[in-house]
Amino acid sequence: MFLPDHRIALLTVGVLTALATAACAGGDGQRDGGRKATGTVAVAASDDACDVTDTDLPAGTHTFRVMNKGSKITEFYVYGDGDRVLAEVENIAPGVTRDVLAQLPAGSYEAACKPGMTGNGLRTALTVTGKAAPSPDNEALAQAGPEYQAFVRTQTAQLLAKTTAFVAAVKDGDIPKAKALYPQARLPWERIEPVAESFGDLDPLIDAREGDQEPGQDFTGFHRNEKALWQAGDVSDMGPYADRLLSDVRKIVARADEVTFPPLQIATGAKALLDEIATGKITGEEDRYSHTDLWDFAGNLDGVAAGVDVLRPYLTDADPKLLAQIDDRLAAARSELGKHRAGDGWITYDRLDKAQLRGLSDSITALTESVSRVAAVVAER
Amino acid sequence: MTGDVAPGQPPQRGVSRRRLLGLLGVGTAGALATGAAGGAIGRATAPEPAAAGPAPTDSVAFTGRHQSGIVTPAQDRLHFVAFDVATDSRDELVDLLKAWTAAARRMTAGHGAGPVGAVDGEQYAPPDDTGEALGLPASGLTLTVGFGPTLFRAADGTDRFGLAARRPEPLAELPAFPGDQLDPAISGGDLCIQACANDPQVAVHAVRNLVRLGVGVVSVRWSQLGFGRTSSTSTGQATPRNLFGFKDGTANLKAENAATLDRFLWVGDGDSGADWLAGGSYLVARRIRMLIEPWDTASLHEQEQVIGRAKGTGAPLGGRAEFDPVDFRARIDAAPAVPRTSHVFLSHPDNAGTAILRRGYSFVDGSDGLGRLDAGLFFIAFQRDPRSGFVQVQRNLRHDALNEYIRHTSSAVFACPPGVRGAGDWWGRALFEG
Repeated sequence: MFLPDHRIALLTVGVLTALATAACAGGDGQRDGGRKATGTVAVAASDDACDVTDTDLPAGTHTFRVMNKGSKITEFYVYGDGDRVLAEVENIAPGVTRDVLAQLPAGSYEAACKPGMTGNGLRTALTVTGKAAPSPDNEALAQAGPEYQAFVRTQTAQLLAKTTAFVAAVKDGDIPKAKALYPQARLPWERIEPVAESFGDLDPLIDAREGDQEPGQDFTGFHRNEKALWQAGDVSDMGPYADRLLSDVRKIVARADEVTFPPLQIATGAKALLDEIATGKITGEEDRYSHTDLWDFAGNLDGVAAGVDVLRPYLTDADPKLLAQIDDRLAAARSELGKHRAGDGWITYDRLDKAQLRGLSDSITALTESVSRVAAVVAER
Repeated sequence: MTGDVAPGQPPQRGVSRRRLLGLLGVGTAGALATGAAGGAIGRATAPEPAAAGPAPTDSVAFTGRHQSGIVTPAQDRLHFVAFDVATDSRDELVDLLKAWTAAARRMTAGHGAGPVGAVDGEQYAPPDDTGEALGLPASGLTLTVGFGPTLFRAADGTDRFGLAARRPEPLAELPAFPGDQLDPAISGGDLCIQACANDPQVAVHAVRNLVRLGVGVVSVRWSQLGFGRTSSTSTGQATPRNLFGFKDGTANLKAENAATLDRFLWVGDGDSGADWLAGGSYLVARRIRMLIEPWDTASLHEQEQVIGRAKGTGAPLGGRAEFDPVDFRARIDAAPAVPRTSHVFLSHPDNAGTAILRRGYSFVDGSDGLGRLDAGLFFIAFQRDPRSGFVQVQRNLRHDALNEYIRHTSSAVFACPPGVRGAGDWWGRALFEG
């Protein structure tokens, strides 16, 4: 689910950049707890400038220390290709210094300050070269990124294939077929949702719900088609929206396939998937017309399992107790969801009673608590 | 949270209204309604300010023979939470009770929930404290734990934790009372925690962090926020007013008479379940919705006849001052001054024949969807045995004129174990290890 709120970026990709809040701890913002930063990059933000001390950086983790010397509240971002948010810190009051951490593989990036918290930002190009030094005892973790990338690619392939079929059914006016394909097309999307959501320009076009658009922006994507299928029961005017969905999905797939995944991002991504379930699926907000939220729920849960699996060799050594707890709780969540099987899918959200939702919610809350501890274990390598 | 009292911020020494209330142990609670046998004590309630007492920001001792939060002078705010145990593992439950005890020790002393704190931890891990109480004093925080009947044997009859044989006889769901409109979703529970503090944020912080620690082991069944002594309508008068606008707790005694407490409040050595519960007490909770709008359109005369006291002074009808003894024989125009259907007549210890320690709080849960205030009294009472305590009092209220204006919407009963003693002790140790 796309939300018109900057915080969602923070919940997904942004969390891996971990904010250090110098302001709220009464001034002692210099804590180093567990952080393995390659170096500190000072950023002097003012109302009309955004001076970054180093723009040529070695690959690895960098702390951007953003000092707001201006008179307006500002924000700081590190953008990747296509304005993918790699680091973000908001609400930096005048006179305040905030740290933000970014893991940057080799490539081209942009640092941006947003005085007044609006607009495109004052941008500075960053060039990152070299290879982040892998620590010697860390082979298990080094494997996680490529494995997760392979998982993402299998899902993007499915997403493209199923969306193509769904779009064809919509354009054929075959409503029963389109309705059957809709939750199936969303399943791979939901499995890699934090990856998709990191593309802030495409995500709202594909997954925003009605009412969440920017002013002047059209309501497009999966949910536009969903509304026509379930609420109007008429897709005769959906042709352009179906085409648009497919072309946007094509774009996001091409970009997602190129993303590489630092282990920390896999861990925070798994947590973000669980937050998706808690905030969008258990509330029935995601698929408000079709009520196929449990498909999306299952997809999110699959994504969590995939993230845990690629980190498994590392966690087996690093924190076997936590891994065992995650496995138990993942199994419990699956078993809770399994109670609502119908054929090869799930019953619709509107047929769940309060006690059943409570069971699902409890299992997700418990799993989230365990998964939220993975990032620290990964960061401690 | 910082230490007990911030340096350079000495405890208040003047007797503020709030402190006076605390010292007197009246508030919405901290008061003991005495039985017939305690009638003399019931009349010994004249305010007598003590010389020095704790400031509202001070900490309350967590350890002791009894749990704090029972005879502790009632704080201003309440956050009460009831849990269902989600696991069938006795070990997991025991681990949680140990973790809760450790967190409760820290938080009641004015520290964070975890050993590291809200902002000093690992960059990539969720902090072990949520942080909203940073910089706040202990604020009189007490955390009181209780075990419900379903912990010993679940509603479906299973004995999940091997505790069925340890259930004390009085620990059973309360009987139905006429007029009950109980919602099962906000009733009962395997466990409860009562958090009281003089700062609502401190109470909420404590419950929030205990809930967080319990994830996967317990699940919140229901919770209730309450406020007590927020009114500033009276000047120098000790007894607070409830949401009906009447002084509440006048005929109740502060809990300083050890003999009375041993008789009516604390589970004694020979009582059922005393092997783990002696020194503990039973907590009865009832959410009592007040039908505010009908009440507000009742005449003053009607309101006073229903309660049995003057609304202004709090004096019993036929009496002059708040603390005058209630004279049930006084007559006005040949009719009893205190009507026989009035709340005071029926609930007064002289007529109820028993005593309970009341520690309830007012609540306002917004409006009810029909524009009416969803408000009332979250009634909490502690007693040695619910059967001779709350149940006996409540049965006596069958013909209470007040029933027209109230609805009991929830019910719960818990056995609160004795206090945590040494450094290695934990909530319920005698129950699980005994």
